Amino acid sequence: MTTTTTPTALTSSEVGLNQGRLPRWSTPATIVAVVVLGALATLVLDAPVPLVVGLGVLALLVTLPALAWVVEGRRRANDRMWTVLVTLAFALALLPLLSLVITVTQNGLARFDWDFLTTDMRGVLGEGGGALHAIVGTLIITGLATVISVPIGIMTAVYLVEYGRGRLARAITLLVDVMTGIPSIVAGLFAFALFAIFFGPSVRFGIGGAVALSVLMIPVVVRSVEEMLKLVPNELREASYALGVSQWRTIVRVVLPTAAAGIATGVTLAIARVIGETAPLLIITGSTNILNTDPTDGRMSSLPIFTYYSYTIPGVPPEFGVERAWAAALTLFLIVMLLNLVARVVSRIFGSPTSR
Amino acid sequence: MTTPATTQVGGPLDQGPPAEPRIGSRNRTGDKIFSGTATAAGITILVTLAGIAAFLLYEGFPALVAPAEDVPGGEGFWPYVQPLLFGTVLAAVIALVIAAPLSIGIALFISHYAPRRVAAPLGYLVDLLAAVPSVVYGLWGIFFLAPQLVPVFRWLEQTLGFLPFFAGPTSATGRTMLTAGIVLAVMILPIMSGVNREVFLQTPRLQEEAALALGATRSEMIRMTVLPFARSGMVSGAMLGLGRALGETLAVALVLSPAAVISFNLIGSTNSSTIAANIALNFPESSGLAVNTLIATGLVLFTLTFVVNFIARAVVARRKDFSGANA
Amino acid sequence: MAKRIDVKDLDIYYGSFRAVEGVTMSIEPRSITALIGPSGCGKSTFLRSLNRMHEVIPGARVSGSVLLDGQDLYGAGIDPVSVRRHVGMVFQRPNPFPTMSIYENVVAGMRLNGGRGVRKAEMDGIVEGALQGANLWNEVKDRLDRPGSSLSGGQQQRLCIARAIAVKPDVLLMDEPCSALDPISTLAIEDLMDQLKKDYTIVIVTHNMQQAARVSDRTGFFNIAGTGKPGKLIEMDETSTMFSTPSVQATEDYISGRFG
Repeated sequence: MTTTTTPTALTSSEVGLNQGRLPRWSTPATIVAVVVLGALATLVLDAPVPLVVGLGVLALLVTLPALAWVVEGRRRANDRMWTVLVTLAFALALLPLLSLVITVTQNGLARFDWDFLTTDMRGVLGEGGGALHAIVGTLIITGLATVISVPIGIMTAVYLVEYGRGRLARAITLLVDVMTGIPSIVAGLFAFALFAIFFGPSVRFGIGGAVALSVLMIPVVVRSVEEMLKLVPNELREASYALGVSQWRTIVRVVLPTAAAGIATGVTLAIARVIGETAPLLIITGSTNILNTDPTDGRMSSLPIFTYYSYTIPGVPPEFGVERAWAAALTLFLIVMLLNLVARVVSRIFGSPTSR
Repeated sequence: MTTPATTQVGGPLDQGPPAEPRIGSRNRTGDKIFSGTATAAGITILVTLAGIAAFLLYEGFPALVAPAEDVPGGEGFWPYVQPLLFGTVLAAVIALVIAAPLSIGIALFISHYAPRRVAAPLGYLVDLLAAVPSVVYGLWGIFFLAPQLVPVFRWLEQTLGFLPFFAGPTSATGRTMLTAGIVLAVMILPIMSGVNREVFLQTPRLQEEAALALGATRSEMIRMTVLPFARSGMVSGAMLGLGRALGETLAVALVLSPAAVISFNLIGSTNSSTIAANIALNFPESSGLAVNTLIATGLVLFTLTFVVNFIARAVVARRKDFSGANA
Repeated sequence: MAKRIDVKDLDIYYGSFRAVEGVTMSIEPRSITALIGPSGCGKSTFLRSLNRMHEVIPGARVSGSVLLDGQDLYGAGIDPVSVRRHVGMVFQRPNPFPTMSIYENVVAGMRLNGGRGVRKAEMDGIVEGALQGANLWNEVKDRLDRPGSSLSGGQQQRLCIARAIAVKPDVLLMDEPCSALDPISTLAIEDLMDQLKKDYTIVIVTHNMQQAARVSDRTGFFNIAGTGKPGKLIEMDETSTMFSTPSVQATEDYISGRFG
């Protein structure tokens, strides 16, 4: 990182008005050429894909600036190289996303059927079986976590925006930030350590999982609701006060409804964030093969845990377990994407900007 | 009251609720209850964080004071946690080294290179990476990424084998420390590029225009104004990413095949585990003092991430009106 | 209904900063009083102190007294929330509640204060009365269920006035109510003020001297000695006197544009 470099060569001699420019088509043409060469290398010479991608990147990095250097001069060449670098960085980030989507869909579709969604694993050793118990478990645990987190999160945000002054508010703001960084497995250990005191060291149940997820969810809810409440114009609060309305009624009847769409978006994104959490549930809810709808009693499966164990303990023969793992991963992926989509649509329709 | 007399518009309507004749000190119980509830919710946060530290300490304490031979591994707690701590930091540092330059590039692309119309949807695509569940990352790492990387590792061993990092012999499965680091890098890209994007966009427009007016090219303008302006933001973004990489569990647990060693060899088949992955792998089958030991390692991890996050937030806090918490 | 206001030796502070110093004035019921003066002279702060709205800013406090028909608004045990039910306010920029319809905006004060139990027919009557009172009824009577933000700026401001008078206050404070409006809407509001005068005590802060001259019965001139100094009431008199033969030189300078 050369953040302090001040270009010293900002002289007019180098960027003359009559200086040569590369034609507009030069960039796309170079890219097409490199891609075609790379494809040929992969198909004909059977070169390993990562190597080809790496070499292609290098080729782009060299050719475009080199061309520019010849025609446009050093500073332009430098600029082109940066453009290539920055664009490549972005494209590189999209690669894993693309490959994730493709891999999960390809592998998951094999067992993503009605049977998978409507049966549990009772008595299944090899082929067949489904994730009903895991889907229901995920919905119950995440639902409970939402019920715990949303009121606490919203009220904390209300405190920070509407009431918070002085040291307590500053401390809470800082700690909410720190709480966003708590490793998920620590949240699971916390729930375990808490409930083990009352129920002994073999405690495993759904509510424990909900508590662990809440530790992860509350700070996310607080942050997004806080940002939404700050967007509510002060004039509306004043209009309400001027009608002789008390502060708490102003918050409940004016401020919160005005921010409602943004709050809904934030809560949905928070749910999407925790619904895929595996580590804490591994510790405190455990895993089971049968449908359990009672979060107060006994082990409860969930989609991430089901995915994890279907892969690590696949049964005999192992293919069927791995197939179920991918199908569960696909189910989870679809749920998370759906939640993200819902959040986008809510914020788009009701016109409230999200915090991102 | 169907036709209000026009002379009386807005005047006292006899049928209306009787206005209070005198200004009184009305009962403000509602306000007190509501603000009390809000304050209590805020204090819940404090209590929860204190509770996490307290309960982990309470349940982990037996392992800290137990005789060395009773702790798993038979050599006491600190020898047990050292290789794990090493693996945790190593994986996170690899992730950070890969993700830091990439996240700056991604953020610059969205803030200064992409056409304005597509910038927001592109940013949303990067954010989607944060939404993918970690167990899915784990499967992807094992089945897709690791096999793809094996030839690259071979090449690294042959070409750069004189470095301890690439000493080899190359793992046949590709499930190595470097693979885990790459998966972690992908996972922390969204939060880091999100923070960077936010600070880049805050560069004062006037400064940028001043640089352009001097005849700077776009890259020169970025190096003159955007990057120096965003330095502390980039540092704290990196710390946030580091904190997340330190605590990530399942992706590492699935990708690595761990052993209790300290090794700088990034592409071999013998790798250190991380604290979080070690807990996930061993907790379900543990009982007695082994559970206390795992909780104590959790306490070590909690302390580590707390410190890293605290530093990151302290750096951020010096910039007002800025929050990267939701990236 | 309309009540008189007597202000005695009022000082207004934000923390340790004294924003307004030593204001004493009487405001007659069923009249319009205009407050004029340069920016930052404390006239808006003073206006907001008449219904304790300035207390929204932490650290705000006053000394002295504001009597509403003899009752001190700052007396011990007086609830600021209750004060604001008696002294209504209209703001610089129209601010209807965006989540509520036109109808709901008008009854907001009543509903927000927990006024259930009021029959629907009664509520309808109050809405019609308030909208008639704000000269808005004919324009919106067919679309009372539309959002308040669907109206034009001038209509929104009259909706805010309707909302303020629906709770039947004794006094109506207006803080530059026309500064965000076009000339035609401004004229509509000024006409409205003239009608409202029959039932309310009105105090208006304005930067527009023609407006003060057109609508008000009495005018008060605020001024400030310099940055960081408190604002003071320099002079207060019948509007016609103020604009023709003010007794203080600073007033004459300000009114004729020669201040500074």
